[in-house]
Amino acid sequence: MNARANPSSFRINRVTHRYRKHVALDALSLDLPAGKLVGFIGPDGVGKSTLLGLITGAKKLQTGTITVLDGPIEDTRHRRRICPAIAFMPQGLGRNLYAELSVRENLEFFSRLFGQGEAERDTRIAALLSATGLAPFEDRLMGKLSGGMKQKLGLCCALIHDPKLLVLDEPTTGVDPLSRRQFWALIEAIRLENPELSVLVSTAYMEEAQSFDWIIAMDAGRALFQGKPEDLRGQAKDLEAAYRRLQARGEPQGAPDQAPMVEIDASPVITARGLTRRFGDFTAVDHVDFEIKRGEIFGFLGSNGCGKSTTMKMLTGLLPASAGEASLFGRPVDAHSREMRREIGYMSQAFSLYGELTVYQNLRLHARIFAIADQELRIDELADRFGLSTHMDTLAANLPLGIKQRLSLAVAVIHRPRVLILDEPTSGVDPEARDAFWALLLELSRKEGVTIFVSTHFMGEAERCDRVSFMHAGRVLAEGTPEELIAADQADSLEGAFISILEAAEPPTQVAAPDVTIDGPKTGSWGSLSRTLAYARRETVEVMRDGVRLAFAFLGSAILMLVFCFGITLNIDELSFAVLDLSQGPESRAYISEIAGSRYFEPTPPLESAEEGRARLKAGDVSLVVELPPDFGRKLRAGEPTEVLATVDGAIPFKGETVEGYVAGLHQTFLGMLAQDSGAKPTEIARIEPRFRYNQSFESIAAMAPAMPAILLIMLPAVLMAVSVARERELGSVTNFYVTPTTRFEFLIGKQLPYIAIAYVNFLLLAGMTIFLFGVPLKGDPVPLAVGAFLYVWATTSYGLLIATMTSSQVAATFATAIASVVPTIQFSGLLQPVSTLEGGAQIIGSLWPSSYFLHLNVGAFTKGLGWEALASDILALACFGPAFTLVAALSLRAQEK
Amino acid sequence: MRRVSCIFWLGLKEMMSLRRDWVMMALLVWSFTLSPLMEATGVASSVNNASIAFADEDNSPLSRALAAEFFAPEFQPVVQIEPGSGAAHMDAGRFIFVVAVPPGFEKDVRAGRIPEIQVLIDATAMEQAGIGANYITNILSAEINRFAIGADVLAPPPVEIILRSAFNPNRDTVRFAGIVALIGQIMWLTTILTGAAMIREREHGTIEHLLAMPLDPFDIAVAKIWANAAVVLIAAGLSLTFVMQGALGITISGSKTLFLLGTALFLFTATALGVFLATIARSMAQFALLVMLIILPMLMLSGGETPIEGQPEWLQVGTLILPSRHYMSASQAIVFKGAGIETVWPEFLWMALLGATLLTTSLLRFRKSVVHES
Repeated sequence: MNARANPSSFRINRVTHRYRKHVALDALSLDLPAGKLVGFIGPDGVGKSTLLGLITGAKKLQTGTITVLDGPIEDTRHRRRICPAIAFMPQGLGRNLYAELSVRENLEFFSRLFGQGEAERDTRIAALLSATGLAPFEDRLMGKLSGGMKQKLGLCCALIHDPKLLVLDEPTTGVDPLSRRQFWALIEAIRLENPELSVLVSTAYMEEAQSFDWIIAMDAGRALFQGKPEDLRGQAKDLEAAYRRLQARGEPQGAPDQAPMVEIDASPVITARGLTRRFGDFTAVDHVDFEIKRGEIFGFLGSNGCGKSTTMKMLTGLLPASAGEASLFGRPVDAHSREMRREIGYMSQAFSLYGELTVYQNLRLHARIFAIADQELRIDELADRFGLSTHMDTLAANLPLGIKQRLSLAVAVIHRPRVLILDEPTSGVDPEARDAFWALLLELSRKEGVTIFVSTHFMGEAERCDRVSFMHAGRVLAEGTPEELIAADQADSLEGAFISILEAAEPPTQVAAPDVTIDGPKTGSWGSLSRTLAYARRETVEVMRDGVRLAFAFLGSAILMLVFCFGITLNIDELSFAVLDLSQGPESRAYISEIAGSRYFEPTPPLESAEEGRARLKAGDVSLVVELPPDFGRKLRAGEPTEVLATVDGAIPFKGETVEGYVAGLHQTFLGMLAQDSGAKPTEIARIEPRFRYNQSFESIAAMAPAMPAILLIMLPAVLMAVSVARERELGSVTNFYVTPTTRFEFLIGKQLPYIAIAYVNFLLLAGMTIFLFGVPLKGDPVPLAVGAFLYVWATTSYGLLIATMTSSQVAATFATAIASVVPTIQFSGLLQPVSTLEGGAQIIGSLWPSSYFLHLNVGAFTKGLGWEALASDILALACFGPAFTLVAALSLRAQEK
Repeated sequence: MRRVSCIFWLGLKEMMSLRRDWVMMALLVWSFTLSPLMEATGVASSVNNASIAFADEDNSPLSRALAAEFFAPEFQPVVQIEPGSGAAHMDAGRFIFVVAVPPGFEKDVRAGRIPEIQVLIDATAMEQAGIGANYITNILSAEINRFAIGADVLAPPPVEIILRSAFNPNRDTVRFAGIVALIGQIMWLTTILTGAAMIREREHGTIEHLLAMPLDPFDIAVAKIWANAAVVLIAAGLSLTFVMQGALGITISGSKTLFLLGTALFLFTATALGVFLATIARSMAQFALLVMLIILPMLMLSGGETPIEGQPEWLQVGTLILPSRHYMSASQAIVFKGAGIETVWPEFLWMALLGATLLTTSLLRFRKSVVHES
């Protein structure tokens, strides 16, 4: 096989890729043949995914060159040109698919991204679905598919546009052996139909690589070997052994030998009888029975989602069983029994210790929780035995995977449990570290008689167990020693046994290469619009199916509008006040009734002393204390000047000043009455007539209700928009934007359209609440208001896009957007302080902020009764913000991963 | 005893984790230093730099004297505008107040004909309009009265009113805004810290790990509650001493210890709220959205932003169940009015009752949410 002879081969030349200090690829140079099935093998973290990401253009090349489909991938023009010929399925089950979309909707979305017309789309989807056996499930949500089905769907989505290069990153990790076998059969069938198709694939299951045309064994960012599988294997037992030999650069170590069991106790340690667990109408574990004896290593073999973890959680008491019973040491498992949990060591699926603590701190924390007597001794002993001594002060997060697993095991056994429950303890660990791990397990089991219950999806690990149980779709299909199982099915390996048991349990779906014949010319000249709409349509469906986001989108603004409008009323009345009337005459009573009779104040029992007044002000019982002197009536009758002391609670400045205003006004009224009665010289010489414009009665609701949409229509739409973009990045579906012909604008605007619509519905909702609930009539012209509101929500959603391009996680996007939209709106848009009262810099910021214009527009249209003429300048200003924000967002959006 | 020590060690772990979480630490520092500083000195809630215009058709010594009575910082320099153009200026948002002095105003005052000055007020400028109208009326009438008494057309009023602003004689807004800002930060941060710690534990799978040990959901939640409450309490105490008293020069009339005691009681409910929201949210992002929808109203209705008396009757009763309202009211009494425990005990009791209820509910929910997770 001469790779260089083929014109469209892949050439990787001195490629180095770093993530901060970590070197993922180390001056890697490779020539890969085209039109072949090329596999990259090696455990997690050797650089396989990075390399595949670089080849597809999903990641940006740092140094070196890569030739893909006759051109350099680092050249943007070439990359865009070949985009439609590449299909990429990233690592992780269904990572680039959309969980809230059905099987069919996922396929339709990808089809639209490649600009296929409706007829072509239907033909292709039908062919792909029937070829993969997914046709009966086309309406099922992707999130509800099993692992094997997710991978098939991923493959369908990748194949929808007839790629020339298919890149699959660990497509079968965590998938059951039968589905795995089907998957490879499907790939084989497709390759037979399209001989030019190049397939690049990475896998952690070395045995799969046997059937590849060409393999590259990788370790630490370098290629240890490239060539045909049979050349790699050579004399070794299998590829894994060969890899181990390459890695160690020495003699093959081989799996440690199984020591014979020390003692088989007749009494079972763990028993399950008809153990069942339902989640809603889904049965995760269905009448499972088994018995595990003391000192035994019992393996639980099955694919992701088959119920292994759920069963283990029921045994630890983490989950109550829906039916059946589990018992430990002959006693039923009780979730509340602390004593029982002291007997168990549990290691959950993913690394679940505290990454932000050091190795020592993690060990010490657990030692303390279990209140181990000889803490330091025990920690030292474990550190020694598990080879952690040199890592004691390293943060757990910074440890290599293999050592993390050893730490997890050390933590799980720190309290010397009699039972160990290990949920897929070694996934992703390299073969050597896995051997070391199993050596520790054997030692625990054989020397200390610890009963070990371990789950795995690696056949190689299952072979090392004393007994194995096959689990599939919630049921145990077979159980026995590995030898028994192989013999019972007359299979040549445990995997073969598993597959024939699976086939017997559930007849396999037939797979074939999809047969696509497209009648007539391929459509798709309006690709750009079609792609934009594809994103818009998908986003709409997703939001509609996400309860919290949906509630936030439609109820959020209404709830906050209610709270703000009822909460921030600045009209205060019925304030309580108290009087210390030392005069007790008709005059003082007249003065008091003037205050008590107004709508602003409510009397409370009169005071006995000035101290009591102070005390009641302090307690907040009254907001005002009026003190009338003993000679008030006498002096008034005698025409001598006298005075009234009004003490206002000034703790809340706004309230205090309002109360002062009320009292001063009432005092004036009293004086006027006095003058009228006595007919003396007038006390009033001029009248000052305040006229509240736009809102004669000065009801604060009339000011508040039209002002609130300005802040609500920026905060909520911007946050939702930012979350939706950050979410794609966090969940990984952003890869579809990196590797399909989607441009930045198509991606951004497509995602934006539904939120503009949502925000506009919100505007209508808020306007409706203003008019009908708060009774503030729309006095001005509704047309400019409607136009302005559209421009405003365009601007605010664009602002959300802009912030999202700068944040990395959904949480950061939420809080950053909330702060970055609320603060300028409150400070500079005139919401609290009218723009005319802002000074210098604040006024400039205000004039560069869309809310200032929308606030003026909405308040103008509602309360000021303004029309086109007065509002045109606001509308013009608003029209600038949307395009400007979108442009900046597009410029700062990365079209490739770093 | 063993349980108590477990809770203690878990709480300590919580603090160690927080110390390594740069984002949260940055948020913590910002929230208790710069943020309340900015809020306290930024927006003055009463009349500040208000725009005012005169449409003076009299142009007499009196009318000119009136226009000369408006000073900074409350008012911008008075702008003279064409008579009759006030409405148009106001539509464009150029002025909040327009004073219209009619022709022959001074002559009418001298003749005792009681002329009328109109003050146009832009009622859409919410906080400024009401108080500003009072200011302007008082300034104008004081000046006219002085003129009239001088010209002997007006008798001095038989009754003078002496207005005293208790607890805040200088009508200082910084103290109020500073303390309210601090209280707001305490609310936000406590809920976010506790809830985020809870969700992080769930998202990283460590919660199951903990539950498989001899620990209860109760122990885990209580450890988070005490640890985060302690962190916020210490931060609040430092902020009170160094930012409020130090940088802003705010005087605390009452006992600082009593204020911190009230804070501790409140933290009990705020952390419980964090746990509660964490049990509702399925992910960190949902939690962030929920926090915004819950905390914002709790703050707005607490009586810090606007007085409780401004709420409709039914809402005033409804907000009694908000711990934030009782905390706000007790804090104001202690810090501004120097109230002691004999005054604020009812608020403390409310907080304790509400906190206990919320905590019980959250713990029950938390246990359930852990158990029902797949």
